Amino acid sequence: MDLNSFSNYEVGAFYDEMFSSDRRVRDWYKDFCQEIENMSRDELQSKQHAAERSLHSMGITFNVYSEGEGVERIMPIDIIPRIIMRQEWDEVARGLVQRVEALNLFIDDIYHDQKILKDGIIPESVITSSKGFLKQCMGVNPPKGIWCHITGTDLIRDDNGDFLVLEDNLRCPSGVSYVLENREILKKAFPNIFEKIGVQHVSDYPTRLLEMLQFICDKPDPQVVVLTPGIYNSAYFEHSYLAQQMGVSLVESSDLVVRDGTVQMRTTKGYELVDVIYRRIDDTFMDPKAFNPESLIGVPGIFDVFKNNKVAIANAPGTGVADDKVVYAYVPRIIKYYLDQDPAIPNVRTYLCGEDADRKYVLENIEELVVKEANEAGGYGMLIGPKSTKEECEEFRKRIKNNPRNYIAQPTISLSRVPTLVGEGFEGRHVDLRPYILYGDGVKVIPGGLTRVALRKGSLVVNSSQGGGSKDTWVLY
Amino acid sequence: MLSRVANSIYWMNRYIERAENHARFIGVTFNLILDMPKHEKAQWEPMLYASGDYDTFKSFYPQSNRSNILRFMSFDERNPNAILSCVHKARENARSIREIISKEMWEHINQFYHSCKEASRREKWKIDDWQDFFNQVKMDSQLYYGIVDSTFTRNEGYQFSRLGRYLERADKTSRFVDVKYFILLPDVHEVGSNLDVLQWSAVLKSVSAFNMYRQAYLTINPAQIVEYLMLDRYFPRSLFYCLKEVEEAIIQITGHQNKQHPAVRIIGKLRSEMEYNDINDIFKIGLHESLDIFQQKLNKVGNVIHESYFALKPEPETEEQEMEQ
Repeated sequence: MDLNSFSNYEVGAFYDEMFSSDRRVRDWYKDFCQEIENMSRDELQSKQHAAERSLHSMGITFNVYSEGEGVERIMPIDIIPRIIMRQEWDEVARGLVQRVEALNLFIDDIYHDQKILKDGIIPESVITSSKGFLKQCMGVNPPKGIWCHITGTDLIRDDNGDFLVLEDNLRCPSGVSYVLENREILKKAFPNIFEKIGVQHVSDYPTRLLEMLQFICDKPDPQVVVLTPGIYNSAYFEHSYLAQQMGVSLVESSDLVVRDGTVQMRTTKGYELVDVIYRRIDDTFMDPKAFNPESLIGVPGIFDVFKNNKVAIANAPGTGVADDKVVYAYVPRIIKYYLDQDPAIPNVRTYLCGEDADRKYVLENIEELVVKEANEAGGYGMLIGPKSTKEECEEFRKRIKNNPRNYIAQPTISLSRVPTLVGEGFEGRHVDLRPYILYGDGVKVIPGGLTRVALRKGSLVVNSSQGGGSKDTWVLY
Repeated sequence: MLSRVANSIYWMNRYIERAENHARFIGVTFNLILDMPKHEKAQWEPMLYASGDYDTFKSFYPQSNRSNILRFMSFDERNPNAILSCVHKARENARSIREIISKEMWEHINQFYHSCKEASRREKWKIDDWQDFFNQVKMDSQLYYGIVDSTFTRNEGYQFSRLGRYLERADKTSRFVDVKYFILLPDVHEVGSNLDVLQWSAVLKSVSAFNMYRQAYLTINPAQIVEYLMLDRYFPRSLFYCLKEVEEAIIQITGHQNKQHPAVRIIGKLRSEMEYNDINDIFKIGLHESLDIFQQKLNKVGNVIHESYFALKPEPETEEQEMEQ
């Protein structure tokens, strides 16, 4: 019987989550590693296959936009988890709470007095030119002053093992359903390991989410709904999953209508009042009257109802301004400005192509940089210099010159790696981490989050739309 | 319950029922053909007349041979009533209400779809492969009902699922009985002959009614078979039984008090008409004609259900308001 072994595992010149650079198993992986090495290869393989099968039969799929005909895929799971020790996690969580609190104050300021602009911390043009800035939101007071109720911040580790913030996702971050399902799958695969080492649970996320959504409405027992663009949306599975786990209605915009200054939904017994909407559609598509008149998926008049505080919306429309990748570069200053603290988790060094010196540097060094569009997400509209051809680099140089405000660049960071099952053995694959932060009665971070893994050898792109998979993330007690 | 959700539950069940009945349709035809004397030409087309898909078929296929018809009825996604199309639509509906139905219901429909899809990719089909496939479809549909029965709370959603299932089944059973009308006997004198009886037995078998019928009647007699499939009060695929179920579901949805509700009224009328119908009346009008009339009335019931529960329109004053703004 062949046992699993890490003896041939190549740690490589990266920060490895399981092994130190001198190939010693990190303390918090020791028990896990031992259990795996006591297990036969066949057993581990069959656990991996069982995991894949259960994803299929559960129908946990996402749709790929670019491939037409509504292709459904599962996001592959790798059963070797990413393990984080408690002290380190507590630091990360502290940093995330700090960041979300500061960003919420920032958004509220931007839509009211704009003190941060008047004090010259951020140039006004950065805000006015941001696609995420919605002037319709000026003067809006969302319930309890909360704008970003659900945030999914993307973190990475550099070569030294330090966590850095890569992106703030404050519009409608997806992926939390994988966190919950991956955990269920791993509990089935490694029950004895869970029992032995103790992992902080994540299963109460839907309950906490519902509590938060109820918190932002003053009525007792409010009617909460999840608003989805429909079954062809790439994250549809998650929308329906969360609605089901919370026991609330999943609605499409055609189910909603504005009547008598309120939002109501069409039921088999007539209209019913809606108090809180967890929206999973882009804010500018919510209301064709207020924003995008082309939108076919919106509810006409809903924004006015929101402005009059007759319905609560999470996340509030307008939070996208803090999601802009140029604004991102200012977040350390935003934290300092509102909280008078230094950021607990630093940013990745970011060059703003809208600024002359930075642009010059980017154009000269594009081969070594990662270039991103300011408003894109999901791995679309980006260039990874070291992995690109001359033509691709040239194309991005042109794009930057045509619209400098729309581009930022960052040094290529070799994300940390975690051993991953490849064929019969283990190989290192790059990962990032997306923790989920809820802002209701206080700011709370779900222990762990979604570890996305670039399954292609050498790849740094972890997005599910670009061949990425996921791993369960264990925060130890 | 959201109108859209009710609509999806209703259609999910109609489509599963439709898929099952189409598998049964093909089953009855197989049965008939295998029982035919050797020199008789295999009659595949009657199935298409009865299911109402003949015109669609002819627009895509020049020849009504077995392989074309079986492909068309099973996997041709240009045919909205093909088994694969039905299961696909059932799954799309299920997908849009996953949070409403039980996990087992979703997982089963999902697996059902994937196995039909996989079958559709297969190139070579022997006659027993087809039979296995149609059996599998039947089993998967029945397993689905078993899962619904044991996992789905008896709430409004359940009633919509019952509504969809029995409305569809009523329509399909009426078409099964009708298949026989389209199947030609070699000679008029054969009416009531062995061959005729053989054909009627095949119809019974296709709706799994043979054993149950035997308990109620001793002889295989066409008039009694028709009576059984249309008017029997206890057989779960008879027209009358299906109408009773539809009526019960509508009453559960609307409430017992609401006698004036259009859906309650229309189904009540149709059910009582069937209840006091005599088999001789049916034959007086003509079996095929009676079935035709029945199917039309059933369609009306479907329309009223749609208007009453799914198609909630904004009231006129709301529309005016919108125009003013």
